[in-house]
Amino acid sequence: MILSQFLILAAALFAFGIYGLLVRRNIVLILLSVELMLTAVNINFIAFESVFRSPDAIGQVFAIFIITIAAAEVGIGLAIVLMIFRNRKSANVDELSLMRY
Amino acid sequence: MTFSAWISEPINWIFLLVGLVVLASGFRVVTAKNVVHAALLLVAALAGTAGLFLMLAAEFVAWVLVLVYIGAVIVLFLFGIMITRAPTGQDEGLDSEKKVVPALLSVGVFVLMAWGSIDAFGTTLVGATGDPISTELIGESLLGRFVIPFEVVSFVLLAALIGSITLARKDLTPIEEEEGRRV
Amino acid sequence: MFDLAFIAAQEAHEIHAGDGGWWADTAGIMLALPLVAFLLILAFGKRMKYQGGEIAIGALAINALWASVLMVLNMTEGVLTQTTFVIGRIGSGLVFELGWVVDGLSILMYFLVSVVGLLVFIYAVGYMKGDRRLPWFFAAFSLFAGAMLVLVGAPNLVQLIIGWEGVGLASYLLIGFYWEDLANVKAGNKAFLVNKVADVGLVLGAIIVALAVGSFDFFDINEAAISGNAELGAVAVVGALLLFFGAMGKSAVFPLHIWLPDAMAGPTPVSALMHAATMVTAGVYLMARMFPLYQNMAQEARTPMIILGAITLFGAGLLALVAKDIKRLLAYSTVSQLGYMMTVIAAGGYTAGMFHLFTHAFFKALLFLCAGSVIHAVHSNNMSDMGGLRKYMPRTYWTWIAGSLALAGVGLSGFWSKDEILSTLGNEGYQIVMWVAIAGAFVTAFYMARATVLTFHGSYEGEREPHESPSVMTVPLILLAIPTAFAGLLNIPGVSWPVIGNFTEWLAVRIVPMGDHHAESIDWLIGGIGLLAAVAGIAVGWAIFSKDRDSQEDRDLFEIPVFYPLFRRGYYIDDVALGAVGATIGPIARFVDWTNTHILDAIVNGVGMAIKYLGGFVYGIIDQRGVDGVVHGVSAIADGAGSVLRRMQTGQVQQYAASFVAGALILVVVFVFVL
Repeated sequence: MILSQFLILAAALFAFGIYGLLVRRNIVLILLSVELMLTAVNINFIAFESVFRSPDAIGQVFAIFIITIAAAEVGIGLAIVLMIFRNRKSANVDELSLMRY
Repeated sequence: MTFSAWISEPINWIFLLVGLVVLASGFRVVTAKNVVHAALLLVAALAGTAGLFLMLAAEFVAWVLVLVYIGAVIVLFLFGIMITRAPTGQDEGLDSEKKVVPALLSVGVFVLMAWGSIDAFGTTLVGATGDPISTELIGESLLGRFVIPFEVVSFVLLAALIGSITLARKDLTPIEEEEGRRV
Repeated sequence: MFDLAFIAAQEAHEIHAGDGGWWADTAGIMLALPLVAFLLILAFGKRMKYQGGEIAIGALAINALWASVLMVLNMTEGVLTQTTFVIGRIGSGLVFELGWVVDGLSILMYFLVSVVGLLVFIYAVGYMKGDRRLPWFFAAFSLFAGAMLVLVGAPNLVQLIIGWEGVGLASYLLIGFYWEDLANVKAGNKAFLVNKVADVGLVLGAIIVALAVGSFDFFDINEAAISGNAELGAVAVVGALLLFFGAMGKSAVFPLHIWLPDAMAGPTPVSALMHAATMVTAGVYLMARMFPLYQNMAQEARTPMIILGAITLFGAGLLALVAKDIKRLLAYSTVSQLGYMMTVIAAGGYTAGMFHLFTHAFFKALLFLCAGSVIHAVHSNNMSDMGGLRKYMPRTYWTWIAGSLALAGVGLSGFWSKDEILSTLGNEGYQIVMWVAIAGAFVTAFYMARATVLTFHGSYEGEREPHESPSVMTVPLILLAIPTAFAGLLNIPGVSWPVIGNFTEWLAVRIVPMGDHHAESIDWLIGGIGLLAAVAGIAVGWAIFSKDRDSQEDRDLFEIPVFYPLFRRGYYIDDVALGAVGATIGPIARFVDWTNTHILDAIVNGVGMAIKYLGGFVYGIIDQRGVDGVVHGVSAIADGAGSVLRRMQTGQVQQYAASFVAGALILVVVFVFVL
């Protein structure tokens, strides 16, 4: 196994995430895409950690922090989606364009 | 390292298998026409990622990923889908019409990152360095050097908990009040 | 745990002090007790007879006893220990420790917070009786005292900041205690926000100093300041000024004093505690704790500190002169007295500042509690609703008189501490500031005479029949009146009492010794001038305000133009002045007038005409055609560009995200391939 194969895989996942983020209209699906991107970042951390070992396993600790923050982000994100849905009867981002000229 | 040398290692067959599952389901997550399918495909992508973590000497993180994501986060997503009454069948209107620019941008990101990886790390080998990193070490690191970030993260979680309760609490909006009166 | 370097330094500096034995080793319990009480009251307060008041009083009673034992130990043999526990590491080199310092300065603060706090708590049981949220009140009150103890017991800047924020939080909760009224909520917010602004300075200063020294420990920082550490020297002035900025917020130094008068919105016992022992003393304490830094390293920082302190002590006194609300008047007086402390500490008078803090804690708590007793009786804060209360409330009246005399600096404890301040300022060569301080003493006596007359003398103006407060309130008043009267005797310059010594010696028991400047003998001249100023203030105040007790309007006249009635009542001064002006200035004025009309006017008219024509030319040609053309052109370009560019603001989040990704890509390409 070489390091690059994992990094390229992570890059592909990250690119999928960006595509979803830019294309999807439903907010829940956009959040799914963001999760995909976070996972790609985690793969990078873990891969680097397994090659360049650090005394305190910093890469894995960071991955754990990212997972934790992502969980919190999903909770808050879905609560916001719920609020938006209640107020506007829709969960599509392109209909949320009040902040325009 | 030539491709034939690479492919002759059995572990790389496993990598190819798992990697293809991850990529395929990741791709379907962002293209599926069915919202529930997208969420379930994310499960597959994450399970594959956990497998990759196991290959990369990260047992603890792999199981955390399984427990936290597949156990909890996906359930939360499914809740979100159900509550926002997103169309659960086939739906052509899930994506916006403008797809060219996003596709170009994501390809650009991929090319740049992949080129960077190969350019910087070339054929650096993985797995030659030894045993999996023990959970004990991660625990000591979390409660030793990283104890303050650890506590801060716990506060973030608490804030997220309170925040989501506050946000999602049912206060009737003017529209709903009106509807309630009509019904 | 015990710091070996600490003990070594103690020997190096030849400080001979005991270790305080068990009392000092376990003094941390004292810091924790009120915080435990806070939790217990929250849990069980509602079910108890006094709604949790007994827990709060019990905790502080133990503390008061404990602090008294430490105080006696310090008086007789001196106590100097420090106990710390390592909690974690900050960055690579810094250690985060919690613990407690037991030295002269800390013991003094333990004693003040516990004893004054205990008396105020007992008083509060009577004052707050029947309030709906009593358990919450006592809980927050305990938190207030506990956070202050954590602050003053801190062996390092980190724990000090923890206690500092705890005090801020508790004060916020207590100022906004009656949160049904929007004004009180706003007062709480104001106090919190003003303090937060200052806290930025505190945190930045702490970080700068700690990074230079390599430790948050007061002992290490002061040691570095004494020994002339070069790294600390490089940042000493900036660090010292930032720390002082932090202290300005808590200790209400001009211009960050604005929150303190509004903080009157809280219940009166809160004001008493806040103004006497906790909260506002925190800033002065910080200055005293970091004294070697200011004394040996950051001399340049002292001038702005002294100027601000002098402005505070005099300006706030003038404001107190026109306050109608009795608590507001006392609040301004606190600001003014804090100005004295800050000024003298900045001028090098560590002992003088702390001694004034010590006496001020007693008499200001006493005055606030008296004011609370009066408010309790007449149900109004406004002094125009009071008057003649001397007959109805004798105990409150006599204790108030004791407090007022002390604050005015006549005879009682305040005289000795203020005298110490004045002579220190004089000895250090700050003559101008000393005269400002003497003028401040005059103003202090003046407004206290006014408050006394309006509240307790003349005839009663309110409607309800006032009554003396219950003894649960008056007993703390009497107990506070004792140190108010006699605490000054503890530090008569040059006098050392048998066995216990004097205040200066107690305070000198410190981790790191420093060049404190204190008076060695009584300065009869300065003391006499200060006393004279105070007596004159009382006399003037008495003369002005006791006359017009009958007519309501005349009392209010004083409120608007500050010095107008002063001149009105001594109007012969006006007459003399006017006569003198008429006799001497008149002929000169007539001559000037003649010259003005006949000679100067001609010149002025000529110049005016010339300028007018020039102006017409400039306006017509250069301005209208040249400048305006450019201006219009620029605005037209801006307008056109705006109307094109605004189309980019579509409100579509995903377009923004796409631009973001594209921008990031371009930047990466630029950084990797171009640069």
